[in-house]
Amino acid sequence: MRPSPSRLLNILVPIKRAVDYAVKIRVNPQQTGIDTNVKHSMNPFDEIAVEEAVRLRDRLKTEVKQIKTVSIGPPKSLDVLRQALAMGADSAIHVEVPESSPAPEPLAVAKALQAIIAREKEPVDMVILGKQAIDDDSGVTGQMLAGLLGWSQATFASKVEVDVSKGEVTVTREIDGGGEEIRCKLPVIITTDLRLNEPRYASLPNIMKAKKKPVEKLNAEALGVDFTPQLKTLKISEPPKRVGGGKVTSVQELVAKLKEAGITAV
Amino acid sequence: MLRTAAGIWHRGCARSYATATKPHALVFLEHNQGVLEPGSLSALTAAEQLGGQVSALIVGGASHVASAVEQAKKLKGVNTILHSASPAYEEPVAEDLSPLLKAILDSSVYTHVVSATSSTGKSLLPRVSAQLDAPTVSDVTSVEHDASTNATTFTRPIYAGNAIATVEAPSSILIKFFTVRGTAFSPALAQEGSEAKVGAVDPVHAATPLSEHLKTIVVKSDRPDLGIASRIVSGGRALKDAKTFADTLYPLADVLGAAVGASRAAVDAGYADNSLQVGQTGKVVAPQLYMALGISGAIQHLAGMKDSKLIVAINKDPDAPIFQVADVGLVADLYEAVPALIEQLKKD
Repeated sequence: MRPSPSRLLNILVPIKRAVDYAVKIRVNPQQTGIDTNVKHSMNPFDEIAVEEAVRLRDRLKTEVKQIKTVSIGPPKSLDVLRQALAMGADSAIHVEVPESSPAPEPLAVAKALQAIIAREKEPVDMVILGKQAIDDDSGVTGQMLAGLLGWSQATFASKVEVDVSKGEVTVTREIDGGGEEIRCKLPVIITTDLRLNEPRYASLPNIMKAKKKPVEKLNAEALGVDFTPQLKTLKISEPPKRVGGGKVTSVQELVAKLKEAGITAV
Repeated sequence: MLRTAAGIWHRGCARSYATATKPHALVFLEHNQGVLEPGSLSALTAAEQLGGQVSALIVGGASHVASAVEQAKKLKGVNTILHSASPAYEEPVAEDLSPLLKAILDSSVYTHVVSATSSTGKSLLPRVSAQLDAPTVSDVTSVEHDASTNATTFTRPIYAGNAIATVEAPSSILIKFFTVRGTAFSPALAQEGSEAKVGAVDPVHAATPLSEHLKTIVVKSDRPDLGIASRIVSGGRALKDAKTFADTLYPLADVLGAAVGASRAAVDAGYADNSLQVGQTGKVVAPQLYMALGISGAIQHLAGMKDSKLIVAINKDPDAPIFQVADVGLVADLYEAVPALIEQLKKD
């Protein structure tokens, strides 16, 4: 049975270029931000989002029409878009933000994504985002986009099953104290939890092929979105330093230290 | 729509208009089967620090709402309680709750909307805030409201807690949404003589439901809840497998009356359930005692526990980063150290 054209899924995967997770960041002396002259990479949760989109196509075959990835950020964000293309996305949109301007806030990003979805020729059925970016740790963009579009949302997803013919997605979510299973109508916003999948490495041939895949360039004006922050960042500071208390040499000493702190068996 | 609560609304509105800068916070108060969640009690404390009126919103199935309202009435600092009961709110998804929250905000004059940084709060607040063209400030560790400028200043950790951002939500943001890091605020307590006004709000249902809850997967545990435990025994990759994890950690946790936590490595390897994960992407804890066993101390893990009062680390590797933050470190094989520790603790 061949699915009718209207049943084909179009997936959009927004990704962010962030300071690499393994980098020990440093606050700058002016306390205006952090030293960003360090290794950057794709936000780990977004890698999981790209991987999930590609796996959905592996599972659903021709029912997935296209996987488009989008990044909003400075010129170097092109690197992470190329990585997503090498992982299996078909095409990319780069909404370029000048290097010197502040990073757009989640709400502005959500509005930009809304504008992108509105101007797509074919309706987007599914947006897969990371549950949070590991730089600002906000974790709100996906929910905001769902709110703006009035779509269903499946946050912190650890398992996604799509029934294209019914237009439904069953998602297992990681919630406090366990999990829950929900059923969402398409179109849907999904945000990824760590457990959703293990992202693949892009192979060299795929990296080469990715260079030929189309990347559309846009900016805030073209989308009619204002990236001026609503919140004022007054200061970025170092957290209070925790000083290690040194080591003990035996379990007896350890127990003595615990006792000193008032901790005994119950 | 907000029929029964009209009287309360009116009084609330009148007061707020008279003193336009006085903040009025709406706290989304969560409960588990009718028992108020500790994280929400911390959110109440944060809301109270804004220096104005505090209203609480409780939703759920009818019987659970009734018992949650009873507890909330006695809490210090709560002026008004709004509640809304519906079978659809028994196991609500964000799409069920957001029309209700939006309707309440549309018809009143709240200046702040507050919740715990819980999975429900994190799903709900940003969805509604975007619909009202306002940001959600996530996981705040301090709040300060300036009534004269109508600006609220927050601090919140960024980069896995390796930097602290101080941000101001200016008066141009009419409703300030934020979620509260539970470990940064003490929970609101019951107080003699406290009796908040209570009003029911009619549930608001979407014309066509977008999502439905199918089932909940609860992780059963007889031990204290990780989020609120005063002692935590946490294990990492060195625990080898799920059985070793349980056999090694649980007896120690039982001796100490502690909750059990895990590093991401241990969770990824399947030694422990995801809900036990401590760190940037798991739970953030700040107990009296945090015992890290076989955990190297990656920054993502430290982000979730470095505000603990006493950190004890046992690790074979003397250079493990965990020793840089541990108050008490022991370089040892944990399969020898932990049984000895249990024995010693029992003896004393």
